[in-house]
Amino acid sequence: MTQIRDVLERDPISWSIPNDGVAKVGPPETPQEWNVLAYELRSFVAQGEYEAGLELQKTLHARVKAGACGSSLVLCRHFPVITLGRKTKPGWLRCGEHRLRASGIRVVECDRGGEVTYHGPGQQMIYPIFDLALFRNDLHAFLRGLERAVIGVLDALGIQCHARAGLTGVWHEGKKISSIGIGVRNWVSYHGISINILKDDLANYSLIRPCGMDIQMTSAETILGRRPDFGELAGIIQRRLCHDQSYLA
Amino acid sequence: MIKVILPELGQGIEKATVSFWFVKEGERVKEKDDLVELTTDKAAFNLPSPGTGTVTEIFFHEGDVVKVGELLAMIQEEQ
Repeated sequence: MTQIRDVLERDPISWSIPNDGVAKVGPPETPQEWNVLAYELRSFVAQGEYEAGLELQKTLHARVKAGACGSSLVLCRHFPVITLGRKTKPGWLRCGEHRLRASGIRVVECDRGGEVTYHGPGQQMIYPIFDLALFRNDLHAFLRGLERAVIGVLDALGIQCHARAGLTGVWHEGKKISSIGIGVRNWVSYHGISINILKDDLANYSLIRPCGMDIQMTSAETILGRRPDFGELAGIIQRRLCHDQSYLA
Repeated sequence: MIKVILPELGQGIEKATVSFWFVKEGERVKEKDDLVELTTDKAAFNLPSPGTGTVTEIFFHEGDVVKVGELLAMIQEEQ
């Protein structure tokens, strides 16, 4: 069980996050803008408690909704937490309650779609705070677009993945590597994507029925046989979600 | 009177489930205020109020399934 916080690269208590871990969506136009974006994404992330990331998303959501800034991404990694989406049904817990308590993993109800899932420091979270006009205010198109974006990110890491009809998320050889659940207010999105990068966290999925199903999860490390570098991953996300926006189509 | 109707949500999405209402019958809302939260398979989304006035009637409640185009509520518009 991953309980230790030193899996994170930096102590989020002492680390000041440049620009709160928020990156602009859209290709930078000047070399200086490129440098700023590269720095933000390399240094990225609001790392830490789930609620801190959610608070940041809501602050940014209000700004995007008001037109004070453009669509943005929040990149972060969380301490171990189980989140219950709006569709969570009884029976989400696969283990006994005593085992959940012994794990020390917190359970948080949240206002995203979907069922139960787990987040931990070995995952890359990508929260798109997007004006859904980018997707013609089509929730289905948005979810499929996010799947395409994740497939592109993992392809660049050397992992071939695919989407499955009726099962939102991204899959590799029958196992799930990325989960997607969104919230939308006033046609601006929040919540979003988790991608399993390190295998450290996978054991914690045994506590729950991810997405309400008995499915197997996998990670980039499990597939590649090496630990991907989160800095390298940030560069890939930069290219695939900020620069190359073909997933919007 | 303003009709609050479940709008088109995307290709292939024909219905949504009511999570909860932000307001009760008889309460006042302003245009673009949060009115009701609904869920589809992987999305939770709010429907903002289409106008300013008093919510006179709510036709679907928590857990009810609503089809696209169905009437969710009525709002008595303020002049």
